[in-house]
Formats: sequence, C-alpha cells, structure tokens
Amino acid sequence: MRRRDFLKIAGLGFISGLFLSSVSFSFKPTRRVRWGITIDVLQCKKNRDCKVCIEACHEIHNVPDVPDPKEKVMWIWTSTFEKAFENELGPLVKETRGSDPVLLLCNHCENPPCVKVCPTGATWKREDGIVMMDYHRCIGCRYCMAACPYGSRSFNWKDNRRYIKKLNYDFPVRTKGVVEKCNLCEERISKNLLPRCVEACPYGALTFGNLNDFQSSPSRLLRERLSIVRKPHLGTLPNVFYLL
Amino acid sequence: MKRVYDGKKIITGLVLFLAAFTSPFWYNTVFGTFDYVPELKVEKNGKECVKRTSYMKTNHMVLLRFWRDEVVRSGKRIYKKEDGTEIEMSLSGTCLKCHKNKEEFCDRCHGYLGKAPRCWSCHNVPREAKK
Ligand code: HEC
Ligand code: HEC
Ligand code: HEC
Repeated sequence: MRRRDFLKIAGLGFISGLFLSSVSFSFKPTRRVRWGITIDVLQCKKNRDCKVCIEACHEIHNVPDVPDPKEKVMWIWTSTFEKAFENELGPLVKETRGSDPVLLLCNHCENPPCVKVCPTGATWKREDGIVMMDYHRCIGCRYCMAACPYGSRSFNWKDNRRYIKKLNYDFPVRTKGVVEKCNLCEERISKNLLPRCVEACPYGALTFGNLNDFQSSPSRLLRERLSIVRKPHLGTLPNVFYLL
Repeated sequence: MKRVYDGKKIITGLVLFLAAFTSPFWYNTVFGTFDYVPELKVEKNGKECVKRTSYMKTNHMVLLRFWRDEVVRSGKRIYKKEDGTEIEMSLSGTCLKCHKNKEEFCDRCHGYLGKAPRCWSCHNVPREAKK
C-alpha cells in the first residue's frame, strides 16, 4: 500500500468514527429525572395563616400532632424568613421581610449529609433525587437528625399513634424509636400524582416537576424568577427552591 | 441391696411428686387439647393465594420481605404472579384484602406458634379486617 492510500483510508476511518460517535452521543438517554419543588414566598406571605398544605400532607401520611413542642413530628411546617434564611438575607431585608412566613420541608438535597451518616442504610438517595427512608431498617440512632442542617427530620419519642386525628388506612404509621420525614410523596409519584402539598395549595404557590426537563413548571419558573435555597454555603444543593 | 431407711415413704413420695409434676401432660392427653391445631379461617371464594399454598405456608415471610424491599428500596409496586396477573405489593392492601379476618388467620397461627411479627404497630389493619 502506498503511503498516500494509507492516509486516505485512515482519514476516512477517522471521519466516519467522529460521525458515528456523535450519532451515538445524540442517542444517549437524557439525564436522569431530578424532582424539585418551587415555593412562591410571596403567595405564602399574602395568605399568612394558610395551613392547607400542611394539614393535607400530615393527614395522608398519618403524621401525629404531638402537643409537646419538643417532641413535635413534622414533615412540612412553617417558620419565618429570618429564621429560615439566617445567613442569606441582608440586615435591612430582615427588618422589612424577616417575619414573612416560609414553608419548610425536606430539601431532598443533591448531596444529602443525612445519607452519609446513616449506619444502617435506612436512608438513601434514590436515582430520581428523592431522599428516602426505610422505616424497617431505622434503628433510631438519630445521627441523621444531627447531620441535617435544616431540621427536616423528627424523632418519635413515644408511641404517637394516639395523636393521629384521622387515620389513613392506606399508609403505615411509624412507631416509637424511628426517625421520619417527608418522602416527597414517593407513593403518589409512583402513581403519577402530584405531591399532596402541591396539589392541595389553593393559591398555586407550589410547583413540582423534573428539574432536568426544560419544560416542567419548576424549571420554567426557575428561569423566569429569582430564587434562593436554604444554606447554600453548606454545599448540600437543595432541590426545594424559594421564589422571591 | 442395703436397706433404705423409710424406703416406703421415700418411694411413695417420689411417685407422688412425679405424678404431680407431669400432671399437666396427663390432663391434656385425657381431657384436653393435646392435638389441638388452630382452625384457620380462609375465605376461598375461588381465588388462590399469591403463590402455591404449600409455599405460602412455609415461606410467606420470605415473600413479604421481598415485597417490602421491592416497594421501599426499589420503588416497584407491581408484582407479577405466576399466572401473569399483576397485583400491588402491599401488606395491608393485598394480603388483608383476601385474608380479611386477620385475627382468625394470621394471628391465630402465629399465636399458636408463639410468634408475633411486629408489623402491625405500623401497618394498619383495614377497617373490614378489624373485628
Ligand atoms: C416502623 C414502622 C414499620 C414497621 C414496624 C413495619 N413497616 Fe412495613 N412499611 C412501613 C412504611 C412507612 C412503609 C412505606 C409505605 C409506602 O411507601 O407506601 C412500609 C412498606 C412496607 C411494604 C410495602 C408496601 C405496603 O404498603 O405494604 C411491605 C410489604 C412491608 N412494609 C412489610 C412489612 C412487614 C412484613 C413488617 C413486619 C415484619 C413491616 N413491614 C413492619 C413502616 C413499617
Ligand atoms: C387473592 C386472594 C389472596 C391474597 C391476595 C393472599 N392470599 Fe393467602 N391464601 C388465599 C387462599 C384462598 C388461601 C388458601 C388456599 C388453600 O387452602 O389451598 C391462602 C393461603 C394462605 C396461607 C396458608 C394458610 C394455610 O392453610 O396454612 C398463608 C400463610 C397465606 N395465604 C398468607 C398470605 C400472605 C402473607 C399474603 C400477602 C402476601 C396473602 N396470603 C395474599 C388467598 C389469598
Ligand atoms: C399456617 C400458619 C401461618 C399463617 C396462617 C400465617 N403465618 Fe406468618 N408465620 C408463620 C410461621 C411458622 C412463621 C415463622 C416463624 C419463625 O420463623 O420463627 C411466620 C412468620 C411470619 C413473618 C415473619 C416474622 C418475623 O419475625 O420475621 C411475617 C411478617 C408473617 N409471618 C406474616 C403473616 C401474615 C401477614 C399472615 C396473614 C396474612 C400470616 N403470616 C399468616 C405461620 C403462619
């Protein structure tokens, strides 16, 4: 073979290789689902005493309403702007908006510290981003509660069944000695339903969807409006966004 | 053999003691429920269990454990039975739909065996299944 022919064939091979690899790249499956929630802080401010989402969530998940504030069990709850965004807000904003209500729930972090510390694998991150709890494996050591910077986890100090107002027979309750938290309505998502808090909000303050889908409601809102997450300096990368 | 002092008294005492000690067994064989096996209430109505009855009898806890891991850890909720029909993997929702009378089925057998699975402290017994 002449040197000239060799170069021709090698060049052709190189180009067709490039072509093939670009084709195979474009056929690669799209990135994984990444569930996220946006919360419109302005809507919550307008309807200050609204507790519809909280009651709806706690009802279907049999979250007990424990009277003792030290032993409260919460999957979703409210706090104030000032407390929820201690380091993120400037001092003057704190004066004007510090007492605004803010809705809080598990952030389903991309980088969840609770998962790293769990000694039994009872909490882990699902492929679609949900930070799940396996109550069958939880031994109640509460490392995860110490690790979570957002206070998203509650411990059952005693048998709290008596504090469940209306039992939902379709969802198990939790016993004394396990930690519990929001599951992003994993049991509803698997049936193509929205999380209950999103569905229940009468003001459309919450949206839920795949953040990796360009057209989902949260990713559209996150492109249009300014948003913050809680404690970004910790690098946990929350998937719950607050629209300002 | 050497003479035992008060031999008669001792032997009688021993016999009486043994009779008293083993009396529950004698009582049971004569009057009782020595061969008692709990009667399980199964509403058959033409349906079959999730797997063969012989398998369920010995291995239902294995199946339940598999279901639990599938649902909670793998996020799969549908189970394909051997005949191809699909059912939801749910302790309260599926098992107790057919075995409506938990007390006279699960509990009766477990009670006889001295076994008390801790599932029901969290998993609800559906209203129809309660008596
Ligand atoms: C600490 C509370 C708790 C205990 C104790 C418990 N479970 Fe669960 N179990 C749950 C929760 C919470 C779920 C999740 C339900 C969901 O996501 O729909 C679940 C889900 C399941 C599921 C799949 C879905 C369903 O609804 O049935 C199975 C099967 C299951 N558990 C079996 C068992 C068995 C068998 C036992 C006893 C050996 C047991 N569990 C004990 C809390 C518990
Ligand atoms: C479609 C209805 C149905 C469902 C669902 C069902 N069973 Fe059954 N099961 C039956 C019937 C009918 C029998 C009796 C079959 C027979 O006697 O041949 C049975 C038998 C059994 C037995 C053996 C009882 C014996 O005679 O010793 C066990 C144990 C059992 N089931 C447990 C379960 C568990 C655990 C589940 C949930 C994983 C379940 N079953 C779900 C209908 C059902
Ligand atoms: C025919 C008797 C029988 C019936 C009926 C029965 N079981 Fe069982 N079950 C057993 C036996 C035997 C064991 C195993 C005990 C052991 O391993 O020590 C067991 C164990 C279990 C376990 C595991 C317990 C553990 O500690 O790991 C679960 C869960 C369970 N049964 C659920 C059920 C449910 C739910 C039903 C009713 C739908 C049921 N069983 C009906 C005999 C029965």
